Amino acid sequence: MTGTGLTDDSIIRFARGVRLQHDRVRERWIIQAPERAFIPDPIAAEVLKLVDGTRTLGQIVSELASRFAAPVDVIGRDVHVMVSDLTTRQVLVVS
Amino acid sequence: MTDTLLSPMSLLAELTHRCPLQCPYCSNPLALEPRRNELSTAEWISVLDQAAEMGVLQVHFSGGEPMSRPDLPDLIRHAVGLGLYTNLITSGVLLNEKTFPVLVEAGLDHVQLSFQDIDTANAEHVGGMKGAQARKIEAARLIAADGMPLTLNFVIYRENACRVPRMLEAAVAMGARRVEIAHTQYYGWGLANRAALMPTPAQLEQTTQAVEAARKEYEGRLSIDYVTPDYYADRPKPCMGGWGRRFINISPSGRVLPCHAAETIPNVTFPDVRTDTLEHIWREAPLFTMFRGTDWMPQPCRSCDQREKDWGGCRCQALALAGNAAATDPVCSRAPDHGRVLEVLETLPVEPPPFRYRRYTRATDEVG
Repeated sequence: MTGTGLTDDSIIRFARGVRLQHDRVRERWIIQAPERAFIPDPIAAEVLKLVDGTRTLGQIVSELASRFAAPVDVIGRDVHVMVSDLTTRQVLVVS
Repeated sequence: MTDTLLSPMSLLAELTHRCPLQCPYCSNPLALEPRRNELSTAEWISVLDQAAEMGVLQVHFSGGEPMSRPDLPDLIRHAVGLGLYTNLITSGVLLNEKTFPVLVEAGLDHVQLSFQDIDTANAEHVGGMKGAQARKIEAARLIAADGMPLTLNFVIYRENACRVPRMLEAAVAMGARRVEIAHTQYYGWGLANRAALMPTPAQLEQTTQAVEAARKEYEGRLSIDYVTPDYYADRPKPCMGGWGRRFINISPSGRVLPCHAAETIPNVTFPDVRTDTLEHIWREAPLFTMFRGTDWMPQPCRSCDQREKDWGGCRCQALALAGNAAATDPVCSRAPDHGRVLEVLETLPVEPPPFRYRRYTRATDEVG
């Protein structure tokens, strides 16, 4: 399944029943999912904060590139790998 | 921030012991709670408020059959308002096109739906309710049609172990995202029926192979949680992620427990949400502190390199098998009482004895 059909035009959103949430007691971001909660690394958290069901993958990449003053192709590669992994794990879905 | 890591992550809210089914491996205690002792709606609301405040992230509404409580939608709505992730653990026999939309509207995040078997006749023999299987299948259809994430739970035992491949196929066909293939845990009713439920080593191997094959076949579509029987392991499980570290269980009458079997622990007072705060109970109640961390551990746990991985295994299992809740879990091959486990496995009957059913009527003097 990995890497299937992801392009810069893909719109990604959270699978139903999955969300990014701020854990105010432990002061960190968490992914809430069916019967488990897991901690995204800081980079994944920045990506997931931009997932709103309207932005394309390309828009997310360029926003991160400008925010962190990093090359678009480097950020793009990392984000594609991460999104593809989170899709396999049923956290994200591609519309 | 002092020890926020020791805030509970997860709350199991056992709303009631009432249930239309009578599964002989039920995780409820042998002494079932009568309806008149159940916490009120207001008391559960207070529990949810306190849990969220302490850092609980997910609440699992369970039972008995939690849908027996008419206030379930109100409790879900309240939990959602607190930012808690809400999970309903149900038999599905009361979930239909009238009751389910109310739960959706309340904001329920996820359903875990249990099946006793994929074979209808045996499923209904084990659950003790005729017509239950069709209701469960209809429940799964309604959940999948809505798009809410669905986990199917299959408890595995001697009679149904051969049908794991069919269970996994059915889970995909029913639109489940997750499935639990969980061998019986031998506490309470499961322990009372151990001789009838325990699979053979060959059956265990078969189920393991079926799960491994399905994980490859359904990758990205179905995630499979596989729980093996402790008795066949060499190392114990990190029960509940460690005693009093991540998990709180509240019984129907408001007893606060580190796990759902903890009422078997002798010589200790069970703290009660009706008379104390959840925070105080979690931090100070002897039931929670007695096996928290590593200070309580005997040898060989105390000097074992696994002591902060498996936390000494399961206290209730140590009690059930070694007669001492503070012993090393006898499942561990390094435990002095490991022979008890081997003895159980070596003396399994060729013909399984009949079930001792979990009948709610035993709990209560109420009629109807």
